[in-house]
Amino acid sequence: MGDLIQMVVAKYNYWIYITLMMIGLYAMIAKNNLVKKIVGMNIFQTAIILFYVSTGAKRGATIPILEHGHGGHGAGAHMVHAADYINPLPHVLMLTAIVVSVATLGVALALAIRVYNRYDTLEEDEILAQIREK
Amino acid sequence: MSQQYPALLVIVPLLSALVISAAGWINKRLCFPIAVAALGVAAYSSIGLLLRVLDEGAIVYRLGGWDPPMGIAYYVDHLNGLVLTVVSVVAFLNLIASKKSIELELGDKTAPFYALYVLQVTGLLGIVATGDAFNLYVLLEITALSGYAMLAMGKDRAQLSTLNYLYMGTIGACFYLLGVGYLYIVTGSLNMVDIANLLPPLYESKAVLGAFIICLVGVWVKMAFFPLHAWLPNAYTHGPSAASSLIAPLVTKVMIYVMIRLILTVFTPEFAFNILAISKPIVWLAVVAIFMGAILALSERNLKKMLTYIIVAEVGYMVGGAWLGNRAGMTGAILHIVNDALMTLCAFLVVSNIAYKLKGYAFDDLKGLVRKMPFTMGAFVVAALSIIGVPPTCGFFSKWYLISGAIQAGQYAFMVALLFSSLVNVVLFFRVIEICYYEPFADDGGHGHGPPSEPMAEAPLTMLVPLFIVAAGLVLVGIYTGDIVNKIIEFAIPQGIV
Amino acid sequence: MKIIGLIIALSTGVLLIYATGDFPGWADPASPASLHLSPHFIEKTMEETSVPNIVTAVLADYRGYDTMYETAVIFTAGLACFILLRIFVREEPGERLYRHVLSGVTVRVKKGAKLPPSADFERIDATWTPPDLIIKTVCRFLIPFIQLFALYVIAHGHHSPGGGFQGGVILGASIILLAISQDLRTSVRRMREKLDAVLCAVGVIIYAGTGALCLLLGLNFLDYSALASVLHCDPVTARSHGILIVEIGVGIAVMCTMIWIYNNVSSTGKYDEGL
Repeated sequence: MGDLIQMVVAKYNYWIYITLMMIGLYAMIAKNNLVKKIVGMNIFQTAIILFYVSTGAKRGATIPILEHGHGGHGAGAHMVHAADYINPLPHVLMLTAIVVSVATLGVALALAIRVYNRYDTLEEDEILAQIREK
Repeated sequence: MSQQYPALLVIVPLLSALVISAAGWINKRLCFPIAVAALGVAAYSSIGLLLRVLDEGAIVYRLGGWDPPMGIAYYVDHLNGLVLTVVSVVAFLNLIASKKSIELELGDKTAPFYALYVLQVTGLLGIVATGDAFNLYVLLEITALSGYAMLAMGKDRAQLSTLNYLYMGTIGACFYLLGVGYLYIVTGSLNMVDIANLLPPLYESKAVLGAFIICLVGVWVKMAFFPLHAWLPNAYTHGPSAASSLIAPLVTKVMIYVMIRLILTVFTPEFAFNILAISKPIVWLAVVAIFMGAILALSERNLKKMLTYIIVAEVGYMVGGAWLGNRAGMTGAILHIVNDALMTLCAFLVVSNIAYKLKGYAFDDLKGLVRKMPFTMGAFVVAALSIIGVPPTCGFFSKWYLISGAIQAGQYAFMVALLFSSLVNVVLFFRVIEICYYEPFADDGGHGHGPPSEPMAEAPLTMLVPLFIVAAGLVLVGIYTGDIVNKIIEFAIPQGIV
Repeated sequence: MKIIGLIIALSTGVLLIYATGDFPGWADPASPASLHLSPHFIEKTMEETSVPNIVTAVLADYRGYDTMYETAVIFTAGLACFILLRIFVREEPGERLYRHVLSGVTVRVKKGAKLPPSADFERIDATWTPPDLIIKTVCRFLIPFIQLFALYVIAHGHHSPGGGFQGGVILGASIILLAISQDLRTSVRRMREKLDAVLCAVGVIIYAGTGALCLLLGLNFLDYSALASVLHCDPVTARSHGILIVEIGVGIAVMCTMIWIYNNVSSTGKYDEGL
């Protein structure tokens, strides 16, 4: 039991984000309205971003910006310890992923507008019924 | 300059796409020459790169001057070089062949379409050349977004089909990203070769197993492996002809390359084939994919949609061949990447010629087409023979390797599926050829006796010449298969696989 | 479909949670991710690139190739929204509505009649509502300060959280605020469509062009130390300047794309009243 509690405490962040991802994935597959699917896609991608960012955390470390700043490189530079700063790489990767998610959202909304102009509805079953009638 | 071929390969198309987009606001007629020049430079660089790899072995190009794994590196070996050449040559030929079709179907938006075309090719070339797992995700998204935009420019149901493609494609890319995340958490690296060095002690861990499965499922969604194929037929059928003939031959094959790269380089074959026991179920899935692709193609009365179901079956060939686990199967899969790209390009160029001249490509519209478009139908017959697998066209040789791989691995169901698919392809294509060659032309005037004398209304020369080059290429690649296999593919597969 | 969705979501979730069994714990300083690459980034950034913000250094220098493609992705999205939605040729409506700005009188101009001079009259649509005076005035005061802050975010990305993407989005938001608080025609007058589209491409060309310049100067693509000969400084400072140049390019590209996407989506391509 103590073992289980320890595992939960060590890993609950991953589990929460995986649950969020699955909520988004379920919305993308199961919902009927096209905009709700887009919202589900956004939840899915945002949960992945949170997942990655949480892996960069480090106990007792601060943000990855060197404090003494532009004191010059060379003589007088302080010794930088890696353990004092959190991992910068997931943040870099997720800057890219956020931009990609915004881009996909923009294109998806443009497509949804075109679909709405054509079929006058955003519900998938009504659209399929209209297609079958033709 | 030859040291910089890997960079030129993607940078020249990228810069040209941006210049085309800006130039399109000034003068529309500049766009096509810039695009042709860019793809020509890309094709030249990729051929030069392949020749360098044949001389020197694997090439590592450090971007930004940083050594991997600190920075991003290109990693070009025989497998890469071959697929890069195929992608750039196919894209180049398709651009020349599609000029008239783009002008017809896109009206006043030809300039942004050319920019998206070149961006898509940049993304595809980048996916094949890169050696960094996260960089692959970003390039995957460029390819996907430009593909969505191009395919949605069709008429009628194009936007809805593309929206469904967008949902499935995003799920696939996000699964791949999750897999890369899992790998990063347990190894700390993003470079493919570096991950491969760090993984062996971790082979037994659950995280690596989860990472592999989720990456694989993500790539399967993007390559339309049955049962995740539902987006492909509608998206490719309703798009404009130029977009379909670029995306259909290339995107699924590049995804198959990604899967083979994951199996061979990142998770080495020892992990994929020996430690995990999923080779046999995956080959069974491939068998089902081939059967379903063939059966669904039989039920279609629309030529373009029939071809897209054939693509689903071909993906089944390649996935099954790669997972057979022996050298013949893997050779067949890699050779089929090359062959299938050429065959699909030939078939889709035929369809775009037909769409340029006629109003549609349902079977009813194709009656007696051989009198109107004899050269196009000649190329169609060559493509049909290749897809069926008749020597000396290239399709026969890759099927031969796949079948011998299946026999060697004892997977007789896969061999039966391949033969069944060839038979079904015979039925499919001879049905079309019969309608085109022997049915009287649609508006015959009701006479029906004696050969009607239609004026030949063939597609313009810019559409015919690339079609002939590709059809000739099908036969030439078939004849030179031995060289390709012995000089290139032999070295692409690690020695450990027998 | 709901049952299939539930099964897929549950099975994927179970697989993913099962796979976290071997993960290092949260915030563990000894995890492989914290021990392999990031110590090199944290310890060597100052001496290799002289940029204190490690995230900016990794983003624009070590992994600058990724960032270039990320900028190309956002450009592709803007181009995609343009090609999907923009309608150039619209049928002229039977009559057009103009509003005299000073007096508020609406003038109906029949088809083919002479148009009033545009300084005193603004074009409106049938759905036009007067913008709220308080909102309009407050936004007009705020927008220059928002833009100033955005330029600070871009320029100070070396020393504080920030950089090209963040600053570019804030710049784009300032113009979009103009469109929301007044109407789309006002912001299109300030930032014309052709200028916007060309600047978007120019922003990404700045990034890729800097990399190509490094290629032409003899080193590998995006190796900013090649700029040392052009900028007359040592290679490490050249890297810092190279990062600044590409961040400016990114900022321009992101700003123009945000405005482009907003213009196309909010007016569904017609560039009339907007929201």
